[in-house]
Amino acid sequence: MLLKDEVEMLRRITLFSGLPPAKLKLLAFTSDRVMYSAGEALFYQGDIGDAAYVILSGKADVLVTTAGGPLKLAEVEQNSIVGEIAILCNTPRTATVRTTTPLEALRIRKDDFLKLLADFPEMAVEIMRVLADRLSQTTAELTEARSRNERMEA
Amino acid sequence: MESRLSRYIWTHTRKDQLWILVVVAFSMIPYFLSFDLPKQIVNGPIQGDGFDSPEATQAFLAISFDLPYLGTINLFDGFQLGREGMLLALSLVFLLLVVVNGLFKFYINTFKGRLGERLLRRIRFELVDRVLRFPPTHFKRVKPAEISTMIKDEVEPLGGFTGDAFVSPALLGGQALTALIFILLQSFWLGLIATVIVAVQAIIIPRMRKRLLVLGRERQLTARELSGRVSEIVDGIGTIRGYDTSNFERADIASRLARIFKIRYDLYQWKFLVKFINNFLAQVTPFLFYSIGGYFALQGRLDIGQLVAVIGAYKDLPGPLKELIDWDQARQDVQVKYAQVVEQFSVDPLLDPKVHAIAATSAEPLSGALAAVNLTVTDDGGATLLDHVSLQVQPGEAVALKPGGEVLAEAFARLIWPASGRILIGSQDILEMPESVTGRRISYASSDVYVFQGSLGDNLLYGLKHAPLTEVRYEGEGAVHRKWELVEAKLAGNPHFDVNSDWIDYRAAGATGPEDLLVKIRPVLDAVLLTNDVMALAVRSTIDPNRNAAFAAGIVEMRGALRQRLEKEKLSDLVVFFEPGSYNIEATIGENLLFGTITDQVMWDGALEGHPFFKTVLQRVGLRDVFYEMGLEIAENVVELFRDLPPDHPFFQQLTFMTAEEIPVYEALLQKVRGRARADVAEDDQVKIIRLCFGYIEPRHRFGLLTDELMAKIVAARREFDEGLPADLAGMIEHYRPNRYIASGSIIDNVLFGRIGHKHADGSEKIRAIVRDLFEAVGLYNDVLAFGFDFNVGAGGKRLTAGQRQKLDLARALIRICDFYIFNQPLLALDQRVQEQVIRNVFALLRQDGRNPAIVWVVANPAVMELFDRVAVFENGRLLRDDHTEVGANEGPDYKEMAS
Repeated sequence: MLLKDEVEMLRRITLFSGLPPAKLKLLAFTSDRVMYSAGEALFYQGDIGDAAYVILSGKADVLVTTAGGPLKLAEVEQNSIVGEIAILCNTPRTATVRTTTPLEALRIRKDDFLKLLADFPEMAVEIMRVLADRLSQTTAELTEARSRNERMEA
Repeated sequence: MESRLSRYIWTHTRKDQLWILVVVAFSMIPYFLSFDLPKQIVNGPIQGDGFDSPEATQAFLAISFDLPYLGTINLFDGFQLGREGMLLALSLVFLLLVVVNGLFKFYINTFKGRLGERLLRRIRFELVDRVLRFPPTHFKRVKPAEISTMIKDEVEPLGGFTGDAFVSPALLGGQALTALIFILLQSFWLGLIATVIVAVQAIIIPRMRKRLLVLGRERQLTARELSGRVSEIVDGIGTIRGYDTSNFERADIASRLARIFKIRYDLYQWKFLVKFINNFLAQVTPFLFYSIGGYFALQGRLDIGQLVAVIGAYKDLPGPLKELIDWDQARQDVQVKYAQVVEQFSVDPLLDPKVHAIAATSAEPLSGALAAVNLTVTDDGGATLLDHVSLQVQPGEAVALKPGGEVLAEAFARLIWPASGRILIGSQDILEMPESVTGRRISYASSDVYVFQGSLGDNLLYGLKHAPLTEVRYEGEGAVHRKWELVEAKLAGNPHFDVNSDWIDYRAAGATGPEDLLVKIRPVLDAVLLTNDVMALAVRSTIDPNRNAAFAAGIVEMRGALRQRLEKEKLSDLVVFFEPGSYNIEATIGENLLFGTITDQVMWDGALEGHPFFKTVLQRVGLRDVFYEMGLEIAENVVELFRDLPPDHPFFQQLTFMTAEEIPVYEALLQKVRGRARADVAEDDQVKIIRLCFGYIEPRHRFGLLTDELMAKIVAARREFDEGLPADLAGMIEHYRPNRYIASGSIIDNVLFGRIGHKHADGSEKIRAIVRDLFEAVGLYNDVLAFGFDFNVGAGGKRLTAGQRQKLDLARALIRICDFYIFNQPLLALDQRVQEQVIRNVFALLRQDGRNPAIVWVVANPAVMELFDRVAVFENGRLLRDDHTEVGANEGPDYKEMAS
């Protein structure tokens, strides 16, 4: 795939839709295109985060390790971004991401990603939106889990 | 150590000092003879004294004594010589005396020099020995650079002074005294005047020197502090630059230098003032002789002959006196330096030398429990770190210390000493036991790692080097040198341990010798997950294929095996191999064109610009136009991508074609050449554009510039570069040959003989695992690992990552077979997941083969508590609880805290 095709692909991702084409090309040029076969891990929970991934094609599961074994939190697919929390907050990876189909992703290194956010506030807002979405979803799930818990105890 | 330098010198060099005094005394005989001889020559043969007639002869070398009561004794009547013969004979004697005097001087000076150097060696060694025996708290107070300055620079003048310490005062004092007595004998009163002036000098000058001494001490202290500060700047450069405090440091250094300057200038002023007064007093004496002595002479109370004799004798007094005063100055100077240094090294309590006594035999296993008994530890400020803690670790027991237990671990490792209470093994105090037992039967690793500069292997085996275990057999010159070393070491009070001996205690690692040591090391490296790091370092290193011919041949053979393996595992697209007949899509165009690597980049750049070979060859194979167009395309793309970025933008790290500074240059160049045919473009500019192509890799840069036709053309052009390369460019390129080791490439490059594809996310990981496997299969694994051990870790291990350093430190402890292993959060730089895995591995390693050493581990992770027999929980320096894991891990307040 050529650089210009990648730019086309990136343009379709909401997160990057606000960026001028020249910057998208730069992003594509400085990032690595990586391919995974099904069942491979992009990264593991607890690792130090050094990159975020934009999924260009394919699907993956987001898993966390619990006392009762791995627990699937969510599924991610084309056009979504994963792994940004660890590089935004400098924490270890909060979850493991494992592919379920062959997957193609754009690997954006931590420094490049942060630099992009600084250069393009539109992108930062978009990231905020994605994170807020996830937070509200998590909150909803937590509320549901708690009320279920209380019902069971009652 | 002695507090006075003169006593120190006398204690250690007494015999030599006496010998040199005797030699100096003997050297006086020819010295004075040579004074008398010129007179004899002039008076005798030249002026004819005693040669009244031309035939007259005199006895030469007649030896006779005039003894009281016995009369003259003639031992030898001498040779009868005529006037010319006598002249020749006496001149020859003069020459002989010159030679003898010179030889005496030569002997005395070298002897004194040797004496001084030996003492310097002794004192330096003694100081380092003391550093090795400092109590732990002292290291918190001293700066390393100051210590090394003291040992290196400040004691240096002591060596120079040693030779003169006793000889000079004896000699010069003797000379001065002789002159003074002579004056006294000539005229009592004038002699008295001279004596009084000398006495005044002897009293006033040392008093004035007191100030000099104070200044000298200050100079030494400030200089030492300066060196401490300079080393702090070097160590803390990251912090200084990070916080923009460089100008604060500049100000600090400038003010220090100002102070040093002031002290030194003060010192000069005083020094020359003292010198002035000294000279004045010396000169005032003749004034008194002339005026007072002259007055007496005029009055007739003093014989003029006596006056002349006194003034003549006085000429000999100031010389020795001045030198004596200079000597005294030097003495005081070195005494101050010495006292300063000794004060710094007189630390109480030093470790007893017995604790450090060398022991060549292995230590017996420890049978008792390791116990802290009512242990209290305080820090420098007096805060209590451990408060009356009692804890016993039985042999074979595994005890987890929860956070807060770090101090106890350090106390077990003897890194801090108890303020009260004791640490015992069995019934013996751990601080009184020799380190040949505690340092071998107890291993300690923490996250505060020190790695010595040197190879990785040396560092790994460092914990085994307790004593020289083999007697090295020296032959020929080596034997002579070793003998000399032994004698000199003894004379300078140094130990005679042979550093060239094999210090590695193989038995302490469970091996029998160097051959099976690696077998013992590998499981340890595997346990701490360091093997892959070492292998990665190894395969990235370049080796000399001529010196390791068998290994290089083995690597070349592996190339085929790797291919088969990849085909079998259906991973053939992981590596794109170099084939003489096809284009390698993952390699640069330059590499494909040359089918080799450039070994001399500077020469290559020059050749590209100016050598006619390139121009004609590119022209002939029809690539010049294509490359020019391609270069233009690359330049356009790169300029478009990077034009707006500031030069320090991190994205520039991804750019391989040009530097950030070159972007505007190419931008201007593009403006200039756009729309013009190549023929119209200047030769220089063409080269600038064409050279961009050589770094292009299609899958990586993805500009879409490489067609099948072009690739075929490039491959076809290879032959021109291979066979047609002119002689003056020959050394610049190393060609790839499927059956030859690439000397300029790393080991992994040579195994792959190709490039790893970009597409696989962890392609290099995968290939590394396969290559490791293959090394094992063909029996080269240990050879490769050994190359990894050769890796130089740099100063303080800085060429390793923090995680690698900690793993190395842990491995260094685990290689040793011990009864107690104390681990003080040794893996803080690693991920939790990896930490946990290592802890489990270490337990498995230490519990295999029937071994059952005690393990004390400071660790917080609740997931590993099941491995331990007991868990000790600390709070505010007190041992809160110390019980069995099941209870401890699940119910303790600590666990709840962590779980929340």
